[in-house]
Amino acid sequence: MKTQEYTPMFDESEMQTVKMHISKYPKPMAAVMPLLWMIQEKYGWISVDAMRYVGDLLSIPHDHVLGVATFYSMYFKKPMGKFHLQICTNVSCMLCDGYKIFNHISDKLGIKNKEITPDGMFSIEEVECLGSCATAPMLLINNKEFHENLTIEKTDELLAKLRNSN
Amino acid sequence: MEKIILKDIPDLDKIDVYISNGGYSALKKVLTGMKPDEVIEEVKNSGLRGRGGACFSTGMKWGFMPKGNEKPKFLCCNGDESEPGSFKDREIFEKNPHQFIEGSLIAAYAMGIQAVYVYIRGEYWKWINIMEECVADAYRKGLIGKNILGSDFSVEMYVHKGAGAYICGEESSLMNSLEGKRGYPRVKPPFPAAVGVWGYPTTINNIETLANVPEIINKGSKWFSSIGDPKHPGTLLYGVSGHVNKPGVYELPTGTPLMTIINDYCGGIRNGKDFKMIIPGGSSMPPLTKEESLTMKMDAESLKAVGSAIGTAGIMVMDEDTDIVHVLQRITKFYYHESCGQCTPCREGCGWMLKVLNRIMDGTGRHSDLDLLISVAENIEGNTICALGDAAAWPVKWTVRKFRKEFEAKIKDENIELPVLNKVHGLRKSDEYVTIDSDENTIVESLIGKVQEITADENIKRYSS
Ligand SMILES: Cc1cc2nc3c(=O)[nH]c(=O)nc-3n(C[C@H](O)[C@H](O)[C@H](O)COP(=O)(O)O)c2cc1C
Ligand code: SF4
Ligand code: FES
Repeated sequence: MKTQEYTPMFDESEMQTVKMHISKYPKPMAAVMPLLWMIQEKYGWISVDAMRYVGDLLSIPHDHVLGVATFYSMYFKKPMGKFHLQICTNVSCMLCDGYKIFNHISDKLGIKNKEITPDGMFSIEEVECLGSCATAPMLLINNKEFHENLTIEKTDELLAKLRNSN
Repeated sequence: MEKIILKDIPDLDKIDVYISNGGYSALKKVLTGMKPDEVIEEVKNSGLRGRGGACFSTGMKWGFMPKGNEKPKFLCCNGDESEPGSFKDREIFEKNPHQFIEGSLIAAYAMGIQAVYVYIRGEYWKWINIMEECVADAYRKGLIGKNILGSDFSVEMYVHKGAGAYICGEESSLMNSLEGKRGYPRVKPPFPAAVGVWGYPTTINNIETLANVPEIINKGSKWFSSIGDPKHPGTLLYGVSGHVNKPGVYELPTGTPLMTIINDYCGGIRNGKDFKMIIPGGSSMPPLTKEESLTMKMDAESLKAVGSAIGTAGIMVMDEDTDIVHVLQRITKFYYHESCGQCTPCREGCGWMLKVLNRIMDGTGRHSDLDLLISVAENIEGNTICALGDAAAWPVKWTVRKFRKEFEAKIKDENIELPVLNKVHGLRKSDEYVTIDSDENTIVESLIGKVQEITADENIKRYSS
């Protein structure tokens, strides 16, 4: 499972991608965001060791990487559930029962905002507008998949599907 | 009405379909027949104004860039799109990505740009992949890169993925983020055209702004400036959300009556209800009352006349049953969460406004709280490094002013004992402070029992309907 501690290390082909990212910008420091994304893709979250590793790859101070990683909310600084559900409750979603969806998921999984289920399957987070206001309410899974026009029934189906996909 | 961006052509997102429908002909036209200054002049004459919120003249902005090629110059395309209620750039990425790419290439030619960075919010994973694919396609066709279409003009284009920060849509914050730093806005001046990303001259434009450019070149500035409102010409991608029957993105001329958009295009208000409040341009913009909305035209000048603004043209519609206080509390929570924390008025003020709104929602507000909210908002406004401070202050100031009755209805008149410990002033009744000098917790506990701490999650539960 991706929730454990890890030793950050890119393999040879990943190092090619690192080089590609560095080549896009006039200064290596600019590649810190794409590299943090690569770490999160590979290991699921960004440990302090991984921040040091990224700092070394780019020859920039470790605390600078820490500063960047902690500024942006999509970088996970601790392990999340296998399915991290990011539920929008901003105005347009709120007007279309976004809180009802949030509370339903929270009750059903028995976890509160930013908590993980004991089996490590799910974590939930209340998030800000994700640019899906016309298809509200909505949630995002693992920073990637949009699920829009949610209803309680559709949410239940989604949770069941995710649970069974294991 | 003819559409400029969201044209009804199937598969227009594919490069071959785009080219066979006249795509990239504007790029060819400028590379073979127009001087950079002529392009800037044409865009200036068209009257195109920025679609990212500030509504500034695009041609003028391009004109601020220094001439000559001693220094590298950069173009940043702003696809951060995080303003609550805005979802139009996403529609361009999906439906007509190449027109945006072509527009940014023309902009790059006009300003002598060396590299174009397309900054897209991290949550748009799907659309980032689409854009990376489209940029690669354009490279393969020789439309980006060295000696484009055989000319001596060369430019590179890269997609940069954000990582969840509303503030990175602010142009100077975006540049810091691109440099691989925390997304703190910079003090202006110097302006980006003088000292931008990596210290070099830079222009930042919204995605929709750039997507308009190819058609201006193809059909001429006269044609463009004749569409919609003369002072703010062209079309807008109105994103309508909230309590309407058919929410979505509608491309219509500027100056379209708000009621036409809501009734004719969005099928009216849900469940046959009436509406109470409309936010015209994303959550930062002062709201409109029903009376204002009925005659409002959607363009920069008409909205300015009533103290609001067109912003991103993200229209949020609230029906007659909406709890306006709850809406404002949620908006304020957003700005409190997104404030980068550099300026004290914004960082602290957003928190104060939220606390006051929380207690009004809780039923423990005071009558003086309404003036307090306006006072805090006015002390943020204009006193901060970037416009996020204003964006947080405006909705508070104007919602309280325009919907004061809604707020008053939640404030009770009697003087009630509050089981809340105010860490600064001590224990308070609803209309007076009692100062506590020694061991405050013991005194409080002896008076009212254990003090309750309210957590964020309980807040969510309590405020949900
Ligand atoms: C807090 C804040 C957030 C912003 N977010 C965005 C955004 O997401 N997208 C955008 O295009 N402009 C955004 N802007 C406006 C930009 O600073 C800038 O004015 C705009 O990108 C310029 O492009 P334009 O002239 O084409 O409109 C934001 C401004 C502020 C103050
Ligand atoms: S106004 Fe707010 S967001 Fe903008 S720089 Fe100041 S603290 Fe940061
Ligand atoms: S408010 Fe939820 S996606 Fe915009």
